[in-house]
Amino acid sequence: MSTLPDPAPIRLVGLTLGYDRHPAVHHLDGTVRAGDLLALVGPNGAGKSTLLKGMAGEIRCLDGRIERAGAIAYMPQADEIDRSFPLSVLDLAGMGLWRRAGVWRGLNRHRGAIEAALAAVGLDGFEARPIGTLSGGQFRRALFARLILQDCPVVLLDEPFTGIDARTVEDLLALLRRWHAEGRTVVAALHDLSQVRAHFPSTLLLAREPVAWGPTSRVLTPDNLARARALSEAWDEGAAVCAGPRGDAPHRHGAHDHGLHDPDGHHPHEDAA
Amino acid sequence: MIEPFGSLVAPFVEFGFMRRALAGCLALSVSAPPVGVFLTLRRMSLMSDAMSHAILPGAAAGFLVAGLSLPAMTLGGLVAGVAVALLAGAVTRATVVREDANLAAFYLISLAAGVLLVSLRGSQIDLMHFLFGSVLALDDAALSLLGAISTLSLMALAVIYRPLVMECVDPLFLRTVSRSGGPVHLAFLALVVVNLVGGFQALGTLLAVGLMLLPAVAARFWARDLGGLIPVSMLIAAIASVSGLSLSYRFDLPSGPAIVLAAGALYVASMLAGPRDGLLCRLGRQRHLEA
Repeated sequence: MSTLPDPAPIRLVGLTLGYDRHPAVHHLDGTVRAGDLLALVGPNGAGKSTLLKGMAGEIRCLDGRIERAGAIAYMPQADEIDRSFPLSVLDLAGMGLWRRAGVWRGLNRHRGAIEAALAAVGLDGFEARPIGTLSGGQFRRALFARLILQDCPVVLLDEPFTGIDARTVEDLLALLRRWHAEGRTVVAALHDLSQVRAHFPSTLLLAREPVAWGPTSRVLTPDNLARARALSEAWDEGAAVCAGPRGDAPHRHGAHDHGLHDPDGHHPHEDAA
Repeated sequence: MIEPFGSLVAPFVEFGFMRRALAGCLALSVSAPPVGVFLTLRRMSLMSDAMSHAILPGAAAGFLVAGLSLPAMTLGGLVAGVAVALLAGAVTRATVVREDANLAAFYLISLAAGVLLVSLRGSQIDLMHFLFGSVLALDDAALSLLGAISTLSLMALAVIYRPLVMECVDPLFLRTVSRSGGPVHLAFLALVVVNLVGGFQALGTLLAVGLMLLPAVAARFWARDLGGLIPVSMLIAAIASVSGLSLSYRFDLPSGPAIVLAAGALYVASMLAGPRDGLLCRLGRQRHLEA
């Protein structure tokens, strides 16, 4: 769409995110290039959701910083949506127009756009249905319609295809590719590796520590995946205070370095310390 | 047909104090039920109950300072209501106790403190007025206050309607697109307090939530979306006001409780006969559709 501003790159500088001082993402450096179609891959508890929350501005950094600009659309994995609320599908999707309609302006003149967005996710004819009557997958698609209407230069998706049938996943992947072609930055946390290999040019493999970041074919190697699995999921109550570099300290890696894979298995922050 | 209608209207034609009571209650019926609709949808019914009790010590403090003065009691009630709403939220964030437990604690403390404060200076009759209101003794100042509250609260609700709905449905989404979530939530709490202070004038601290919540809950059995729920709840509140007042006149009952009981009767009737999931509807369930 023509009004779209170019997305700004998202820079992660010595980024540590977590809960109660326990890091869920540990010393991550790098840049999500503007216009990238990036898959976030890693085992459960690897920090994928946490990283997306951080980039969306939902949680504060424990250390380091995220440099981002412009409007960011974010679809969380576990939404906080009250589905018993008496709201129609049309109104739910229409929320995506907030930036254009704000508090006051009517949504009637956007009705065509809302219907088109619902049709794009296969929900045409569902406009008047209360959101509580949708199935899990249909509801997810309604959220995608809202995302379409948000029309943001940067889109963050946390396991977006959970519970959606195969045919719709194909449609939605086509939508992601179209967004990519339009120059938007799209970051999606995913578990289906074949899907990632087929559709995502670049990948960040995360296991609390960044394991590898770069072109998908070079990241999703058996070696890297085994290393990601080996990194512990445990949350150690007695963990020592991290001796790694402070977020603003100079780093071995340049801002645009995606070569986090060290053949000898070192983590980058250990080297820098 | 004329006779029951006549007896419904007669007390209002005949007596000025009945007309005042009716005007006050209708003003409340327009402004409080929509707030109640949002309260029930957000599962905050208990919150409104606690806040209505919290108004008592504030109003009582005003009464201690200035006697039965409307501005002093109103101001005291507003301050106490807002304070408890904010305190309950802050304490919940700072401690492990859940919000409803905190609200229950606050509401017991404020009820006891309020009764104590009123009794320091006032008589049993004053206390009854505080607890159950004095809708038949609304003077010009109280009527103007109710009118102002009703007007302001409808206008405010219109202004914050869209972000309020978004905050109810998907607070996380509202956070990502706008910073209005916090202010809207506070504005909504302020609306609850203001309407409870209005209800306090007419129905007293124990029943002030009556015209706010009962019509809102009853409306759930008649309408499916907000566009229906809000007008239906207003209508139910208005019917409860008229019938409660005229029944209280006819059978010499205390008016505040009569109005709330009328609203309660409408709730029970809606639960039985309402077309949306009413009990009778469920009994006479129709066969499922083709698609």
